[in-house]
Amino acid sequence: MRQNDERMRIAQEFFRGLPHLNALGGRLTGFGDARAEIEMDWRAELVGDPRTGVLHGGVVSALMDTCGGAAVMAHPDNPSGTATISLRIDYMRAATPGQKLRARAECFHMTRKVAFVRALALDDEEDRPVATATGSFTVER
Amino acid sequence: MADRNEPLDRVKSRRDAGIAAIVAAIPYISWLGIRFDRRGDELTAVMPFSEKLIGNPMLPAIHGGVTAAFLEIAATVELTWATLWDDLESGRMVPDAAVPLATPRLAKTIDFSVDYLRSGLPRDSYARARVVRLGRRYSSVQVEAWQDNRDRPFAQANGHFLMPQGG
Repeated sequence: MRQNDERMRIAQEFFRGLPHLNALGGRLTGFGDARAEIEMDWRAELVGDPRTGVLHGGVVSALMDTCGGAAVMAHPDNPSGTATISLRIDYMRAATPGQKLRARAECFHMTRKVAFVRALALDDEEDRPVATATGSFTVER
Repeated sequence: MADRNEPLDRVKSRRDAGIAAIVAAIPYISWLGIRFDRRGDELTAVMPFSEKLIGNPMLPAIHGGVTAAFLEIAATVELTWATLWDDLESGRMVPDAAVPLATPRLAKTIDFSVDYLRSGLPRDSYARARVVRLGRRYSSVQVEAWQDNRDRPFAQANGHFLMPQGG
């Protein structure tokens, strides 16, 4: 576990240096065992529909893409880098305005060059996902 | 339908106001700094490069999530534009650039599938979308983004959308 804590600390430092994640206000809240979690607060500038205050789908995509990459980096094979090859997102419902948005991703398979990821986007109602995603990512070794 | 003797500046300002009303309805478009160029009914989404779009500062490269969002915005704006065009041209709808479009007229994304073809450089990006099928309830849109060379896209996507009802 201590080793995981150390990796989490290094990962948090790395993710704090990502300009777009900072611009979104995203924070790495989980990292290890091929899984990652990132959360962000609701903000008016990121809204897609001002009459309802619902965040734009692009924000959800950005968060899940980042989280998917983080899950690849959190794989025990310890890749040195990754990039998204493809990402498919299914939007189940609108994220509730004012609530935190959280992405959880898992790298469920890794070959020498490709990593396969699934991800969820959640608000406070965790048993009703906002969106799901599947993606493939490159593996740099 | 369209009156061929209508003054050209009025035609242009009406169309530009239509685009502005769509863009004004979605705050996230401005947050990313995206604007739209129009030639007749053809739209090009333009995303000028800025620091906050960077995902990996070591390369640097545009964030994959930003690319996805850019494609999705280009697709939804094109789709909304396509649904408004007839009303706009016939004068049934007179948009005011300063007034955001009533949001029930915006389609909802059902799914969106992005292919990353090469890494997004720290340059301006462009995207054009094509409504492959415009349905009463569901629509399908294809979109492609490029930077320096039109024939070397850095990302493409396909999405399905739920159309606004009773708009």
